[in-house]
Parts: sequence; C-alpha cells; structure tokens
Amino acid sequence: MNVFLQQVVNGLSIGSIYALMSVGYSLVYSIMNFSNFAHGGVIMIGAYLGYFCLTQLGVPFILAIIMTAIGAGLLAVSIEKIVYSPLRKRNAPSLYFLISAMGASIFLENMVIASPIGPTFRSYPAIFSTTPIMIGNTALSRIDLLMFIISLISLILLIFIIEKTKVGLSIRATAFSIKGSKLMGVNVDKVIFIIFLLGGLLAGIAGMLFGMKYTVYPQMGEITTKSFIAAVFGGLGSLPGAVIGSILLGLIETMSSAYISSQYRDLIAFTLLIFILIVKPTGLMGKSTEDKA
Amino acid sequence: MGLDYVIGILILSGINLMTALGLSLLTGFTGLFSFGHAGFIAIGAYTATTITMKYNIFPESMLWLQFYLALIVAGFVSMLVSLLIGKLTLNLKGDYFCIATLGFGEAIRLILDNVSYFGGARGLPNIPTVGTTTLTNVIIIDTIAVICIVFIINSRHGRNMTAIREDELAAQTIGINVFKYKMISLAISAFYAGIAGGLLAHYLGFIQPIMFKLIKSTELTIMVVFGGLGSVSGTVIGTLLLTFLPEVLRSFYNWRLVIYGAAIITIMIARPQGLMGGKEFRIITFFKKIGRKEEVKS
Repeated sequence: MNVFLQQVVNGLSIGSIYALMSVGYSLVYSIMNFSNFAHGGVIMIGAYLGYFCLTQLGVPFILAIIMTAIGAGLLAVSIEKIVYSPLRKRNAPSLYFLISAMGASIFLENMVIASPIGPTFRSYPAIFSTTPIMIGNTALSRIDLLMFIISLISLILLIFIIEKTKVGLSIRATAFSIKGSKLMGVNVDKVIFIIFLLGGLLAGIAGMLFGMKYTVYPQMGEITTKSFIAAVFGGLGSLPGAVIGSILLGLIETMSSAYISSQYRDLIAFTLLIFILIVKPTGLMGKSTEDKA
Repeated sequence: MGLDYVIGILILSGINLMTALGLSLLTGFTGLFSFGHAGFIAIGAYTATTITMKYNIFPESMLWLQFYLALIVAGFVSMLVSLLIGKLTLNLKGDYFCIATLGFGEAIRLILDNVSYFGGARGLPNIPTVGTTTLTNVIIIDTIAVICIVFIINSRHGRNMTAIREDELAAQTIGINVFKYKMISLAISAFYAGIAGGLLAHYLGFIQPIMFKLIKSTELTIMVVFGGLGSVSGTVIGTLLLTFLPEVLRSFYNWRLVIYGAAIITIMIARPQGLMGGKEFRIITFFKKIGRKEEVKS
C-alpha cells in the first residue's frame, strides 16, 4: 500500500510537469490550430538556463526559476515573431506552421550541440537534500513534492489569468473565433504574443524542474511528444483537458513502470493514445469535431 | 569527395526518394499528414532483412532475385499494417491524425526494441550488402516508383485524392468515397516506405530500432514540403537537395544541422509553396518557355 501511495505521488509530480508543457502547447493550438513542435526546444533551453543560473550565477533557487521562466518566455515570443508571424500575415495553411516549427526545433537543438555547451549530459547541483519526507510509513521525495507544488502554483496562476482578467477574456474570445474577436476590437497580435509568452514561461519552469529530476541534454525536447499525447488525451485546445490528460498520463506511466515493466512504459502510453482516439476521436474533453486544418 | 562517397549519397537519396514519393501522394495529393512513416520504414527494413537472412530460398547466384522478393514482401507487410492502422485512425481529423500516427511510429520502434527475435535494441548486424542495394538497383526501383506514382496521380483515383485534399466535404458530396481513397493513399505510401526500409537495411548492413525515430519521419515530410506539395518533380528535387545539403555541409560538422533548420524556416517564410509550388517540371513546357522568351526578344 505504501509503495502504491509513493507511486501516486510520483505520478502526480511527473503528470504536473507534463501539464505545464501541454498547457502551453494547448494554448497555442486553441488559437492558431497547429502543433507547435518548437515547444520542445523552448523547454530544453529553459532547462539549460536554469542550470546556468544555478551553477554559473549562483542565484538562489526561487530567483533562478523566475529568471528561467522569463528567459524561456522571451525565447518563445521571439520564435513567434521570427518564424510564425510572417506566415500568419500571409494566412498560410497550418501545415506550413508545422514544418517551420520542426525547423525551429531542429535549429535550437543543434544550436546547443554546436555551441560551447556541447552534447554532454549535465546534472543539476543538489539544492535540496535527498532524504525523503516521511508521512506515516510513506516516503515522499522532496523534489517530487517541490515539482508538484511549483506546477500547481503556476497552473493556478495561469487559470486565474485566463478566467479572471481582461487579457484572459480576449484569449478565450480569440480561441472561439479569430474573426469575431477582431471585429469586437480584440488585438489578435497582442493575444498571440501573450499566449506565446505564457506558454514559454511555463515551458521554462517545466524544463528546469524536469532537468532537476533527471538530467539536462540537447535532445530533451523530445519529451514534448509526451505532452502532445497528454493534450490529445484531454482534447486538443482545451486547457482543463490538457491538465487532466497530463495527470492521467503521469499516473499511467508510473504505474506501468512500477507494476508491469519500465521497458513497456512508453509503449503502454502510445497504445492507450491510439485506443482513446478510437473510442473518442476528439479526446476526453475536446469540443469540436470540425476539421479546422 | 571520392566517387564512392558520391555514389553512397546518391543511393541514400534514392532510398529517401522512395518514402518521399509515397509521402508526396499522402501529404501532397491527399492532404494527410503523417508522423509515423519511420514506423513503416522500420517494418519494411526488418521484414526484408528477415527474408534475406533467414528464409533464403534461392541459390547464392540468384541473390538479386531473393533481394527483389524481400523488397516486395517488405512493401506488402508494411501495407497490411497500414491498412490496420488506417482503419483505426483515418476517421480522425486534422492534428488528431498526426498525433495518432506519431504514436504509431513510436510504438513500432518500442516494440522492436523489446522483441529478441529481431535483436532487441542492439538490432540486426551482418545484412548482405554486396549486390543488393546497388546504385543500378536503386535507380531501377526509383524509376518504376516514379512512373507508377505519376500514373496514379493522373488517373481517376489520383484526381479523387486531389479532390479530397482540396475540400473533403465537397468531395464527399459528389460521391467520392473519402475514407476509401484516404486508405488507398496511405496503403500506397506505406508500400513505398516498406520498400525504402528494405533498401536501407541492405545499404547500411545493419539496422537498429533507434534509426527509426520520430525525426526520420519529420525529415522525410520536410523533404516533400521543401520540394513543393502536389508536385512529383518537386519531391524528387527536394529529396535530392535535402539529402545532399547535410553532406555538402559536412565540413561545418556540428553546424550543418543548425543551417539545415534555418534553411527550412527560411524556405517556409520566403517560398512557402516549396521549390516547385505545385507545378510539374515538364520538358515540353520548359522549351515553350525558352521559345516564348526568344519571341519577346525578336
């Protein structure tokens, strides 16, 4: 039973990291209707930023996480400005966005490999003690708890912005209909700027937390395939769906590696993805079946 | 650059071209976008290898026949799998289909990682390379493949696929069986990918599941889009250019893929319709253009 509880906490913490990633991905999808493959690159750069903030600058942890988030947010925004905005001006089909995004992700990944940082694996310095916190008989790893708490705070802040502020209202309006919101005086360019900024901030935090739990390396952007899957589980473009899908994916992964085999962990996740899509082609909370592509 | 090196790159382009042609039909003419073709290539590679290495029915002197048999079987096995996958996922819309194929491609790789009959993660070594994937064989197969694709595209079936690409709903209203034609398109592209897999295995001499990662699928799709969607000649040119580009840049070592990424972004911004932009390269129109220019001069 204790092992089971530990696995639940593990699953929740991994799931919450996936949630941070897939929420950013889903935000972009909800407005621009394309899969932002450059998101993985932003996460990877975020992990490196956090690493260098802690090792080279030696700033305290909280400051490091804020600096990382801002850095990654700026990166995401500049990708939008350089890569997507010329396409957007021409009303290019979503396929071209997809290809450009893949180009950007190849660019970022190999930029890091070619730069002095190099392809080596790096691990974060130990900031928190590795002794677990005991609750009853259940040992909870400090880093897992931290991951969960930071993700939770970020997600609550995001939901507050989306649901309660005026900016959030314009984001929701634009997701509903770009043309309609333009007619109502919403500055769509600004909305797109903000969603990329928000997605980038969360991606930076996710990258740093992920790097702390595992290691940092140039190919770590590949974990975003997991967040795509999580977003599809929940239904593309739906934020609550992305969060629920991510938590679900995290739990499934940890449970299958604990009770079946860690080798089949990803296989089970991918099989489940196809199965969910067969049963419910728009994901758990997907709204429209209309093909927007 | 030695001659062997150039021949090696040409063979590699020919192998890439096989999958790219299939993807051209699927993405360029039917409007479906797949991230799982590395999975079909993997199926083809493992099937062909198993046949040449474990089911050797022809004598040593008939190796080429054995090789061609292996390729055809590889294509058909890939096609069968694609029919199953298509049945399950072709009803999905837009990006859901993309992500489903992504899941399929990764799942195939992970299954191969764990099956000890196929050597697990270490893969299969010592595949016969002499007299199998030679430049001559690759050119023969590619020529047949290009001719077949051109015939398919110009047939009634090809026009039905183009209609689906242009407007799925309208195509359905005028009585085109959308699901059936999507299925045919996927099956043909998987057949091509399977043959490409067989060629690849016999060119490299070894195969490992890690060779068939997501990046392989995306690279091939990028080649098709780079050349121009809806154009076979564009696919051929795009594949040749993008296979040669990293090799030409090899002296830059680590920076070559950075340049590759930047090149993709640049062409999407500067010329999003790809190099050929949906037009075909025809010798007759080429001469007509030259003729017209001369007329203007006179």
